Amino acid sequence: MNLILFTFIVLLGFTSYYFGRKKAYTIQSTKKRLTALPQFYGYYLAIWCAIPAFIIFSLWAIFEPTIVKLLILSDYSNQGYLDDELNLLYEKSKALSRGQFTGEITPFIEASAEKYLSLRSIAQSSKVVIVLSAIIASVVYAYKRISSNSRTREPVEKFLNAVLFTASLAAILTTVGIVFSLIFQTIDFFKVIPLFDFVFGTHWYPAKAFVRDSSEALDPTMYSDTFGAVPIFAGTFFIAFIAMCVAIPIGLMSGIYLAEYASTKVRQYAKPLIEILAGIPTVVYGFFAALTVGPFLKELGTSMGLEVSAESALAAGGVMGIMIIPFISSLSDDVITSVPQSLRDGSYAIGATKSETIKRVIFPAALPGIVGSILLGVSRAIGETMIVVMASGLAANLTLNPLESTSTITAQIVVILIGDQAFGDPKTQAAFALGMSLFLVTLCLNIVALRVVKKYREKYE
Amino acid sequence: MNKNKEQLLNKRYKAEQRFRLYGLSAIFMALLFLTIFIFKIFSTGYSAFQKTWLIVPVTFDAELMMLDQNPSKEDLQDADYYDIALKSMADLDPNANEDQENELKRMVSYFFEKEIKNELLNDPNLIGKTKEVYLTASDDLDQVFKGNYPRDLPEDQRRVSDYQLKIFDQLVANGKVESKFNISFFTNADSREAELAGIASSFMGSIFSILVCLMIAFPVAVLAAIYLEEFAPKNRFTDFIEVNINNLAAVPSIVFGLLGLGVLLAIFHLPRSTPLVGGITLSLMTLPTIIIAARASLKAVPPSIREAALAMGASRMQTTMHHTVPLSMPGTLSGTIIGLAQALGETAPLILIGMVAFVNTIPGSPMDPAASLPVQIYIWAESAERGFVEKVSACIMVLLGFLIIMNLFAQIIRHKFEKKWS
Repeated sequence: MNLILFTFIVLLGFTSYYFGRKKAYTIQSTKKRLTALPQFYGYYLAIWCAIPAFIIFSLWAIFEPTIVKLLILSDYSNQGYLDDELNLLYEKSKALSRGQFTGEITPFIEASAEKYLSLRSIAQSSKVVIVLSAIIASVVYAYKRISSNSRTREPVEKFLNAVLFTASLAAILTTVGIVFSLIFQTIDFFKVIPLFDFVFGTHWYPAKAFVRDSSEALDPTMYSDTFGAVPIFAGTFFIAFIAMCVAIPIGLMSGIYLAEYASTKVRQYAKPLIEILAGIPTVVYGFFAALTVGPFLKELGTSMGLEVSAESALAAGGVMGIMIIPFISSLSDDVITSVPQSLRDGSYAIGATKSETIKRVIFPAALPGIVGSILLGVSRAIGETMIVVMASGLAANLTLNPLESTSTITAQIVVILIGDQAFGDPKTQAAFALGMSLFLVTLCLNIVALRVVKKYREKYE
Repeated sequence: MNKNKEQLLNKRYKAEQRFRLYGLSAIFMALLFLTIFIFKIFSTGYSAFQKTWLIVPVTFDAELMMLDQNPSKEDLQDADYYDIALKSMADLDPNANEDQENELKRMVSYFFEKEIKNELLNDPNLIGKTKEVYLTASDDLDQVFKGNYPRDLPEDQRRVSDYQLKIFDQLVANGKVESKFNISFFTNADSREAELAGIASSFMGSIFSILVCLMIAFPVAVLAAIYLEEFAPKNRFTDFIEVNINNLAAVPSIVFGLLGLGVLLAIFHLPRSTPLVGGITLSLMTLPTIIIAARASLKAVPPSIREAALAMGASRMQTTMHHTVPLSMPGTLSGTIIGLAQALGETAPLILIGMVAFVNTIPGSPMDPAASLPVQIYIWAESAERGFVEKVSACIMVLLGFLIIMNLFAQIIRHKFEKKWS
């Protein structure tokens, strides 16, 4: 139904464009000077056709369900139901009206379902009527405006400008959405679990917080010692540290080599090849770490008499390091190439070798940019999910032994939220609290890193 | 004194060479990882494109199938195939006792009844006759035949019994085991049985998500980039938008999954596990990537183009829409494709919005529950059965193939259509 109406409106839009342009030609034929190109007359009319339709459609989408619900639940208003029960009744009658209800059908629900259907059909038909009459009214108004040959290009361009501006708000909306989706659950979480316990507690067993009914959920003693995030934070930074131990030397050295030593030919092939590492999906790295690296390390450890877990932090961190190599190598390559040639020439002129120049002159000059690229790499390592989920453990051990398994923020979020979630359960909220801390940590890292890189760029431009 | 100097110089040259060597070995290491990686995936995955079939003689006994004389098409549809299927497997070893018959049955997939049924539906004249039918081997025997299964393990640690191996070896000796191209890997939906599992459902899920992502992210990102690059006044607010975009590009993907879960599912009540929600989540993620690419390519259009258009009397909007934007399109498009390739490989946010549900039907629209290729990799990688290992690698090969094609496409667009201003 909506689709038909929508197609109809689109068609109306096209026809009004056509009529607007035609009107412009007739005005032109009366030897009057047009105020804009003929197609602007068409756009003007089409916009006047689209705007009321769009507004009414969105208002309807926002308010229709609430109003219908209110009308249906008004039948039950005097019978002393709780809010939750009313909601349930409403959902039941909705499901019944769609023929998807499988429970026991009471006459009450059946009546509501019928009422729901009739209300929906009333809403639908009134929507059609209102939309069409609004379109007709606004198109007639707009047609009168163009007939009097008033300006059309300026309003059309203003409208386009507004559309462009709205689109640019999408980024802000996304950020707001992220904060919004995280913050409420996080606040609810900290109502049950004190912030202090979360930040300084050393035991993380979210599985213990399995709630059987809502009376248990309110009992805070039940959660003591279940949501201490220290092992998770420690594991996250530990694995990121291992990853950076692999990524920094290899990434930095290959960046330096590509920027300073490599011939154009080597550079032309080696650079994209290394960047392939960045394009491989992380789930593939995870599989590689779990299937190949983990067992390999375990065997190697056993042959040396060490006890290595098959899901060791070393396997996850090492593979993550490989993934981060290209980020560091490309960025440091860029940074080093943008160091002015005069610095190099000066150093060579006093007899320094190439490596001395790199170590004593270029590296210090490029340091801020390199630090920025490393920080971006760290932020990536902290936020990386699939490798850890697949290759490192899911149990949160507080350990600094790279051969044991640890867990990270991201892995715990996945563990908690995979499958069905009940909102309002502290376990689910814990995942959002973890997400919030992850967001804040990476946000700080990113802001610092981007600022450092930007400052550095400005210095040499 | 002189000698000392020479020594020092030698030392410095050696240090120079060492440093150079470090650089070279770093690049070598990175490329070595890449090679090992690709080699490992291909060597474990290529066998999944072959499937093992057992050729078993089946007697289409009308009595066992509970069929009357001259059965109609419907009768054939409703007939009981289980008994003849069971009997044909049991007949492989005439001396088998009841346990052994059960083991014989488990040598083929549980789908064997259907395969026999299809054979008869294709040729109804087979009733009363015996024909050799191709039956899908169980995943364990499939692995044995491909040589991926260690036969020297003690029997209680294997999923294939000695008896099954004996019969299987007889079949191999008689040439009754064949390996053919595995079409069902591409046409089947996911299954709990490794021998029947295919990528069709997750593939369609990926396609739908990417389409939704493209339809949302591309227009919004291009419009936003046009505004920021061509129209936005330089003030605090536009600076804020810019910082926002750069930060969003570096936010971990799992946070977008939480956004999808907390807003799209919990507040807007969109259907769980569907490519629609997945696509919207991915579009929010790729938005900054495309905006950044589109802005860069708008910036690359030289100001002389704009000035010329303005001088001819075009309005700013006309200048932008008729001249700047079309000229920037190649760069924007290749940036979009690269952003979509990233989205195609993304797993974590899709897991959070429930696209890990087990789906054994092929989705027909973005509103049907589905998985996606990377999520399928995750699901199979987590399952314990040996038969799934090669499937995972094969699925990775398909995914990497798509990523390579998309990136090549982006390169071609960039090199073929982008104007070089100099």
